[in-house]
Amino acid sequence: MCLAIPGKVVSIKNELAVVDFKGIRKKVNIALVDIQKGDWVLVHVGFAIEKVDEIIAKQTYKLLEGII
Amino acid sequence: MKKIIDSIKSLAKNMPPTTIMEVCGGHTNVIVQYGIRNLLPENIRLVSGPGCPVCVTSQHDIDCVIELALNKVKIAAYGDVMRVPGTRMTLDDARGKGAIIKEIYSVTEVLEKDYVFFAIGFETTTPMTAYALSKGMSVYSSHKIMIPAMKALLSGDLKIDGFITPGHVSAILGSREWKLLNVPQVISGFKPEQVLTSIEKILQLISRRKKSVVNNYEEVVRPEGNRKAKKMMMEQLKLVDSDWRGIGNIPLSGLEVRKPKQNAKKQYNEILKKVNTKEFIGCRCGDVLKGLLEPEDCPLYKEACTPATPKGACMVSAEGACSITYKYGKI
Repeated sequence: MCLAIPGKVVSIKNELAVVDFKGIRKKVNIALVDIQKGDWVLVHVGFAIEKVDEIIAKQTYKLLEGII
Repeated sequence: MKKIIDSIKSLAKNMPPTTIMEVCGGHTNVIVQYGIRNLLPENIRLVSGPGCPVCVTSQHDIDCVIELALNKVKIAAYGDVMRVPGTRMTLDDARGKGAIIKEIYSVTEVLEKDYVFFAIGFETTTPMTAYALSKGMSVYSSHKIMIPAMKALLSGDLKIDGFITPGHVSAILGSREWKLLNVPQVISGFKPEQVLTSIEKILQLISRRKKSVVNNYEEVVRPEGNRKAKKMMMEQLKLVDSDWRGIGNIPLSGLEVRKPKQNAKKQYNEILKKVNTKEFIGCRCGDVLKGLLEPEDCPLYKEACTPATPKGACMVSAEGACSITYKYGKI
């Protein structure tokens, strides 16, 4: 139920953004977050719930790759 | 991966039997799917808690929404609840009898239409309901919040030494608020490696006797959480006592619509007064949700209760411990 998927904001118009999920583009409501074009967001039931910090995300995944 | 497991083993070496509970269906899925329980030393036990909102939605709430639907109130609901058994039938069955129940992915599909939204979920899913309320929608709220439930579990029959704390509930709530629980906790992401490093970090906290909160999902979770979402939630909803299926009433663990005109429980009080809920005999979802019973030890599991013929909510929802164990087997 609390599943959320990260995607990249392609464009913004008022409360709606077009978000790219690895090639699939969907309209997402962004009333709950302050974001800009180019940001990564986490999307849950049609809403962006939080901005994903790209630098930390990359570090985490690099770190994880290193220990596998 | 081996490095983390070795570190877990060395931390666990001199530990007494230790129980770590995960309270998010997403984490349960990763743990069972990747066989993480099997990778851990014998003295480290992982148990699943009430991390599936569908599973903890009270049978009475299901009955009430079915009653509304049978009385010609148009209902919009997340697909997850459609097959949860009520006393007489499921929402799906009610639809078969002509009730109008729209299965939705997002509440934005029914904004500004005359539906009553059957809202379930924890903090992750609540801001969307608050948004719909701000747009004038009517809501039957079965929303619940996690911290009071975890507090109740900590004073229950099962000794819990630490929690794998839900990642996306924390995205809204923030990492700070969990300190209230005063128990070792690690907020975790959802990759199997992240869950493993979270277990490692919990064991580090336990071995150092530190009852603190570590944020192991920093790319998403901030100390203060999502302020905008929290503000909208508190503007539209207020804390009330709430019934958790199988667990019982937990004080101030639920959220109810503030404005009576948009609160379906108030709007349709006359219809809802008639609802008579009878709990099933034999279903032990409550013990599964409290971590006291493994799915396979329930007498109904795989016999009377399967994903095709679910008797309890833990078998209905794809995030229920019974359904996940049925799918992947005990590995």
